[in-house]
Formats: sequence, C-alpha cells, structure tokens
Amino acid sequence: MKLSFTLNGVLVRADADPDERAVDLLRDLGALDVKEGCGTGECGACSVLVDGVHKLSCLLLAAQLAGRELTTAAGLGTVAAPHPIQRAFAEHGAVQCGFCTPGMTIAAAALLARNPEPSRLDARRAISGNLCRCTGYVKIVDAVCAAASELSEAPGGETPGAEDQA
Amino acid sequence: MNVVFPRNMAALFKALDEPGARVLAGGTDLLVRLRSHPDSGPATLVGLDRLPALRGVAEDSGWEPGLGTKDGRGDGSPSESVGPGTLHRALRLGAATTHAELLAHPLIRARLPVLAQALADLGSPPIRNMGTLGGNICTASPAGDTLPPLLALGAEVELAAKTGTRRLPLASFLLGPGRTALKPGEVLAAVCVPVPGVDVRQHFEKVGRRDALAVAVVSLAALVRTGHGGKIVEAHLAWGSVGPTVWRCPEVEAALAGRKLSLTALTEAASIVRSQVQPIDDVRASADYRREVAGNLLLRLAMLE
Repeated sequence: MKLSFTLNGVLVRADADPDERAVDLLRDLGALDVKEGCGTGECGACSVLVDGVHKLSCLLLAAQLAGRELTTAAGLGTVAAPHPIQRAFAEHGAVQCGFCTPGMTIAAAALLARNPEPSRLDARRAISGNLCRCTGYVKIVDAVCAAASELSEAPGGETPGAEDQA
Repeated sequence: MNVVFPRNMAALFKALDEPGARVLAGGTDLLVRLRSHPDSGPATLVGLDRLPALRGVAEDSGWEPGLGTKDGRGDGSPSESVGPGTLHRALRLGAATTHAELLAHPLIRARLPVLAQALADLGSPPIRNMGTLGGNICTASPAGDTLPPLLALGAEVELAAKTGTRRLPLASFLLGPGRTALKPGEVLAAVCVPVPGVDVRQHFEKVGRRDALAVAVVSLAALVRTGHGGKIVEAHLAWGSVGPTVWRCPEVEAALAGRKLSLTALTEAASIVRSQVQPIDDVRASADYRREVAGNLLLRLAMLE
C-alpha cells in the first residue's frame, strides 16, 4: 500500500506491505538512527515522535504513519548542528555503546516539550521505557537535566506567561 | 493480512463484518502476539487510529442508577455529592482513549484516582501513549492494570455493533485469560464508570519486579466508604494477578463492613484473604509469595485511616 508522511521535515512517499512495521520501513528509508532492540515494546530503542508524541516504531504498522509527522533522533539535530539534548548527552558522558541513545534523546525531547523544568525524578520517569544496557542512567539523567536548564535559560526560551508572574 | 483504518462508525462496522476481521487498538499487545504467531493472524486488522468517535472522556448522560451495580444510588444524597455545581454521576471513557490521555484528564485525576494510580503504573511512557483502555480490557490479561480499579468501581462496558448497542457489567464481560463476551462484529466502544462520592477513599497499589514495564505480581484496587467514627460502611476490593480474572472476595468485604478502618480490622481481613486466595506459581512469583502479598496489600489501607 502506498503512503506518504513527513520524516524529519521532509515529505516521503513509500510503498509498504500491510503487515510491515514502522521500524522496518523507517530503516529501509535510511533512518538507521531508529534502532530495533527487543521488538516487543520493552526497550525503547525504536522510539520516535509521531505528531510530537513518544511512540515505539516496533509496535506501529507502517500504514499507521500515513499523513503523520515523524521525528527521529536525527530530526532533532545533526552532527554539525546538534540539538541541546544531543550536545548534553555528549558532554555528560551519557553515551556509552550508543545503541539506546537515539531512543533516549527522543524520550528526553518528549519530556522537555511538555515539562521544561523537570526534576530528576521526572527525567527518570520519562526514560523509564528506555533501556540502557551499559546502565549509564545517572549520566543520562544528568544530561537530560542539563539540557533542560540550557533550554529554559536560552533567549526566547521563557515559558509563556512568565512575565505575568514577575 | 490486510489492514484498514475506518474513519466513521459505519465504515468500522462494515470492516468488522468481514470474516477474520480483528480490531487493532494501541497494538502494544496484539502486534507482539501476531509477530510471535504469524500463522494465527487475522485476515484483516481494523485499526481504530482514525476514529475520533471512540476517544475522549465525557459525563455519561445515559447512566441509569442501579443498572448493573449493586449500589448505584443516583438521588443526589449528600454522600454522592462531589462538590458544588459538579455532580458527575458517571463518566464515559471512549475505549480507544490512550492511557496517557486518560491520565492527563482532570476528571479522571479528580474523580477516579484509583484508576489514575493504576494508569500511572501501567507500562512505560511510550506504552501509555499507544495503549488504550479498551485494549487493556479486551486483552483480558489476569494482570491487566486497569481491570481491578474498573471492577472495584463497578464499571460497565458499552458494546457497539451494526445492529445496536448493549451494555454489560465489566465483571460479566471478562470470561477468563484472553477471553471476553465480545461477539463477532462488535467493538468495545466505551467504558462507563460510576463516580464514587467524596466519602469514598480510593487506593491502588501494584507490586511488580520493577517500577516501569512490570507485569503485576499482585495488585489491589480498593474503594472504602467510611461513616461516623471512621467506621467502614462499605468496601469494594479487587485483586489483580492472583487468579484467571480479577479476584473479588465478598467474605473480606463483609468482614470489614461495620468495623473501624484500623490496622486491627485490616490484619484480620488480610488473614481471610490469605486463606481464600488461590494464586498460581509462574515465572514472576510463587503462589506462596502472591498469597502473602495479596494480604499485605490490604494492610496499606490503614494509611487511609
């Protein structure tokens, strides 16, 4: 079946089998930052944002992507222009083998979009569906919190209504 | 296998009429199962993604007090009042509403905290963003996290088909592990939940091997209505993961009625639980451990004192 959707800001058209999973289609399209770990929804390595919502591409059919706006880790930022979350992961040693990193950064992006000033507990809960088998969770939480601070201090990053409270 | 995404109820019923059609809600259980048993798959998956009619939370105007519940008083007596100007007797939860959407809904948090507590413990953030309430019910797992709260609350299910709609108490809908009273051509459209009064304390606790993504080893949903002097007027208790379906124990509920909500009364009740419950050994826990925990979870209600 033919479908089209937006992948990291670019409109793509694809031909997918009805029982094809989103993770397989995305990787066939070259989005190798989307990893498959467990294939059963327990590890979070295949995390993507679908219309801004953190979902698992191993539990989505490719057909479910039709008309949606998809963001993978590569859509957050690039090596040349990394997203503050990605830069914080590098700077805080939150990347070891790297396999969980794309999914972790997607989980972090979903958190910061709805909660710009998360506590460490908020950050831990946000990544609770993502496994890091290098077990580098402390540094990952450090990175998420550092990225949150940077983003909330950035010019233009004030939350709406902040002036009213001053 | 084919997959279709109907955009209205008429198209949904037409798709469900096809032989071998099966509803795909959040997919968090179904797609894993289809992948491990590819030959047993349905001919057509009918996705609910594009059907806004099955989503959302609303006051249930169709609720008739007493229908299918043992204490459905709807006369606006003081114990039923939930605050000035807001008398929600029952809420209608669209079956394709995701766990995250329910958890974020102010009416669920304020009126059904026992359900909100279970939803907060269910799966993980992405699982809650995908999985639906209807999916959790129709999967009919003995460990389904929303089932004990919904049964303690006396929820009913609304089953829709081309020929009309019927309502069943959730307790009659769940027949066994993976088995429900859903008929071919039917879809679980909504879950109707009576809202307890403000004098009802609501509590849920799940014991698992870890906090996130844990299949419950034992869970307990409790609604306790207290009256003068902290005496228990009524207790509704429902345990998950200790039997083929959610386990209720009328003996314990009867033993607690009329007692002061206290550790003494709960300790006695817990020993009844341990003598009555018949859990099994499995990969997650032994029957003995489950029996002990099923009683212990009741002791936690002393904190509601």
